[in-house]
Amino acid sequence: MANESLHELTPAYALDALDARERVAYEEHLAGCADCRRELASFGETVSALAYGEAGEAPPPELRSRILTAAAAERKNVVPLRPRTFSRPLAAIAAAAACAAVGFGVWAATLRSSLGGERQAAANLRAAAAVLGDPAAQRVRLGARSTLVVGSTGDAVLVASDLPAAGPGKTYEAWVISAGHPVAAGLVGGGHGLDVLRLTRQVRHGDVVAMTIERAGGVSQPTSAPIAHAQV
Amino acid sequence: MARGLAHLSDEALVALMARSEEVALAELYDRFGRVAWGIAFRVLRDRALAEDAVQDAFLGAWRGAAGFAPERGSVRSWLLTLVHRRAVDLVRREERRRVDPEPEDHGRVERGADDDALLRLERERVQAALARLPDRERETLELAYYGGFTQSELAERLGAPLGTIKSRMFSGLAHLRELLTDPEQMERWRTSPSTS
Repeated sequence: MANESLHELTPAYALDALDARERVAYEEHLAGCADCRRELASFGETVSALAYGEAGEAPPPELRSRILTAAAAERKNVVPLRPRTFSRPLAAIAAAAACAAVGFGVWAATLRSSLGGERQAAANLRAAAAVLGDPAAQRVRLGARSTLVVGSTGDAVLVASDLPAAGPGKTYEAWVISAGHPVAAGLVGGGHGLDVLRLTRQVRHGDVVAMTIERAGGVSQPTSAPIAHAQV
Repeated sequence: MARGLAHLSDEALVALMARSEEVALAELYDRFGRVAWGIAFRVLRDRALAEDAVQDAFLGAWRGAAGFAPERGSVRSWLLTLVHRRAVDLVRREERRRVDPEPEDHGRVERGADDDALLRLERERVQAALARLPDRERETLELAYYGGFTQSELAERLGAPLGTIKSRMFSGLAHLRELLTDPEQMERWRTSPSTS
């Protein structure tokens, strides 16, 4: 098929009005034709509007759970390419959410650039996403390099950028201080460019959240002065 | 928990799906499941097949999320293309369907109390734009998209040369695009005597 006639197939391709053979020929052409890709993107939006011309009835209610169950079953068959530290996806999501200046492009690129879907990270990501996606969440500056995001439920996420490594045998430890009484709320190593910690304690209005440097593994009561603190 | 994602963009959801986040798939389904179902059922006219088409398409999106390229179009377009293509492939395989497009107004305006207000507005907007198209363009687009016919089948069915079908699809989509993106065009077309 000549190139000229392949160009003409863009509307039919967008409408799924090509047979299998024509579709393959067009897709091969598309890979090397920027004009057609541009035109297809534009027609594609118009065609998807056509779907709304028939929209209205709700799908059968069981379809949703069928799809989610099938998706979960597929995921279990996927072997992660390599183990990752669980802060990575959290870092990725928080990178975009914590910094208002970060546009979507960076967000998507950050998320897409790292592979894998470890389960532990997934649970934390869900929790962090819930907090970061909460429109009622409160953001509090915590020192020069960290932001604390407190969701309306009291769940909180600490996002630190360029936090220096705590050092050998050391860790940063977060504290939720309620009525003068500090409770350990999680550990951050630092030195990752971006660290994200979902606090293990809920944060209430009036509480103080603080960070200290402690020995690796964490301690139950702070042994040094906070390097940063903020009242919520 | 999925409600926590309600404020993310469609693109952000797809990025999360690429990381195997099931909650993102659930949220995407909540946003597009209804319109996906609408088009799958319209093409297939069979509930079981339409369910298969929607499920296959969302699982295709789940598997292919990492390959989503924003420069090639919106998430909406990407996802609905998956649904529509699956429906069309099924209808062709089943040699089923292919009832003519419903006569205008039949069963389209009244959808019952279950209807979603935003969806209804969009549906009315699209139907109004379609109604403004020249008859032959509308007929060709509707038979292709809702009927699932190939361009060669359309040529045979409508008794027109293939080249004519191609140019009707092109001008039909171009006109529809204008109508949907430019309200002034809608007004201008409304005053033209082409259809009523």
